[in-house]
Amino acid sequence: MKNTISALLLGTALAFSVAGGAFAQDKNVKIGVLTDLSGLYSDLGGQGSIVAAEMAIEDSGMKAKGWKIDLVSADHQNKPDIATGIARRWIDTDKVDILADVLNSGVALAVNNVVKEKNSIMLNSGAGSSELTNTQCTPNTIHFTYDTYMLAHSTGSAMVKAGGDTWFFLTADYAFGHALENDTTAVVKAAGGKVLGSVKAPLNTADFSSYLLQAQASKAKVIGLANAGGDTTNSIKQAAEFGIVKGGQKLAGLLMFLSDVHSLGLNVAQGLNLSETFYWDMNDGTRAFSKRFAERLKTHAMPTMVHAGVYAGLLHYFKALDALGSNPHDGAKVVAKMKEIPTDDPLFGKGSIRIDGRGIHPAYLFEVKKPSESKGEYDLYKLIGTTPGDQAFRPLSESKCPLVKH
Amino acid sequence: MSISLPALSAQLLVGLINGSFYALLSLGLAVIFGMLNIINFAHGAVYMMGAFCAYFLLNIFGIGYWPALIIAPIVVGIFGMVMERTMLKWLTGLDHLYGLLLTFGLALIIQGIFQNYFGSSGLPYAIPSELQGGMNLGFMFLPIYRGWVIVCSLVVCIATWYAIERTRLGAYLRAATENPTLVRAFGINVPRMITLTYGLGVGLAALAGVLSAPINQVRPLMGADLIIVVFAVVVIGGMGSIMGSIITGFSLGIIEGLTKYFYPEASNTVVFVFMVLVLLVKPAGLTGRAT
Repeated sequence: MKNTISALLLGTALAFSVAGGAFAQDKNVKIGVLTDLSGLYSDLGGQGSIVAAEMAIEDSGMKAKGWKIDLVSADHQNKPDIATGIARRWIDTDKVDILADVLNSGVALAVNNVVKEKNSIMLNSGAGSSELTNTQCTPNTIHFTYDTYMLAHSTGSAMVKAGGDTWFFLTADYAFGHALENDTTAVVKAAGGKVLGSVKAPLNTADFSSYLLQAQASKAKVIGLANAGGDTTNSIKQAAEFGIVKGGQKLAGLLMFLSDVHSLGLNVAQGLNLSETFYWDMNDGTRAFSKRFAERLKTHAMPTMVHAGVYAGLLHYFKALDALGSNPHDGAKVVAKMKEIPTDDPLFGKGSIRIDGRGIHPAYLFEVKKPSESKGEYDLYKLIGTTPGDQAFRPLSESKCPLVKH
Repeated sequence: MSISLPALSAQLLVGLINGSFYALLSLGLAVIFGMLNIINFAHGAVYMMGAFCAYFLLNIFGIGYWPALIIAPIVVGIFGMVMERTMLKWLTGLDHLYGLLLTFGLALIIQGIFQNYFGSSGLPYAIPSELQGGMNLGFMFLPIYRGWVIVCSLVVCIATWYAIERTRLGAYLRAATENPTLVRAFGINVPRMITLTYGLGVGLAALAGVLSAPINQVRPLMGADLIIVVFAVVVIGGMGSIMGSIITGFSLGIIEGLTKYFYPEASNTVVFVFMVLVLLVKPAGLTGRAT
């Protein structure tokens, strides 16, 4: 009898001490990089996003402060159903705290709902749709790097100002393409331009000649490419072949990444205008990061803005966790903290996360260099304009996000 | 949308260009299936290897487009023959499914290796200087290179058809598929002939790869995107029918081109809708002989 009581007492004491410890100091974090590891977007996100996440974990100095950080990754194959399946499993069984990258707008909008339902976090870098911080905004999602509103305003208004007042869109037929076309149409119309027509091509089209002929026949001054990745490079390459640029029409690559321009080569891509929020060769901070990054990647490619966003976004996430002292495993609570403290990192500079989840930093308008101007394989852009952070993204006064009180 | 005759003719021509790729690729598949009874899912991967081979020839050895048109198909064809000798050979007489699974697995491995080293966005390959520029046909601007693709593909298709259906060698080949034991009795080395035929089919795919390198980016997944459509072409044409796949290749290119004009959203499904319709009416394909 005596033995039983003492055993019981000991057991209770042990249970209390273990539970008490967990309450005070839960410093475990699990990060999931959900991206395209095998398809057409795997160069702009993919393995590079995983490397960026690893670098963020190392550079955050969290380990020295007693944090234990795990990293998992998965290929969503650009399929929303596969992505939501992985997201559910990660959050429910694997106890993943934050989903990073989640490129492809179709995928991101689907995962957005899962993350909200389960009070987790989506730190989005690669998806474009501005709806993520507009009608679809949630207290659990941060859209860090760029969006279609920014692209439309930066590239779109620059083209209209330069005299391109009639447009024809070649649009990727899914959420992102439609959003980019709509956002750019609004910009063109507001600047006094006209949209003459558009054609919606399925994602992953190999041959654009048919669509390019329609664009050519429209006689529009600007052909807006509301697509991404391999679709953009193929359409630009084939537009050159069909003599579209020589015929006097201009191409606007509304979403182009460094990987696309590198793949096209300067001979074909020279003179294109495009907008990004990060370029590796901006300052010492970006150069140092990019050099380390390229060394770790098998293809030795310089980082795209998506990679940079994964890195900087996660650094900011760690800052918020550090400020909270322990991991509350409460998505909305951590996101609120991330919105509270300003962002500051070597890649995007000083900025903030707005109430609607929008990452705020400057947007840059670049022109692709001529082959004669380039001094190296990745010396591809020259900066021709900067939009300050507070003007680059959709103003809160126009926002339809329920979190924004008008 | 108003329909104008010039715009329509332009779309027809563009469809014909895509059709030439379908025809070349499905021709190789049809040869392999017809002669070897293998459903070659690695066809997209060897097409991609053809394009990469042209890229390597240019960037490592400084060998240009014209020699590449010959060298790349031979190199990739030899790779195909090694594959046949070391792996596919063991599947003779087994169910089609085994060949399909093996070649599908090989395709995934080959694509994975290329993607690991070269990424997904692709490498640039310029149009040869002799074929740059274009001509104004009145209804459209036809890049000279695309015109060359149609001509080249037509010549190769007809030559292959002639070799298999109208020459003595082709007759041996067809006889060997019907009854290998009997043909062997006449002193003909059947296994070697089978290997060479597989090499020929693979070489045709590699040739299509070289032809497409200047138009599309040289990408590890360029074949994976195309292979499903090409399979539909072979099924519609009648599995193993050489003329069937040539004609179907060109006609489906045109049908797809017209869809891109009238209802672009459906352009990547129209081929499969057509396939379903054909299979409902003629299960053996348009020119297939029911066995």
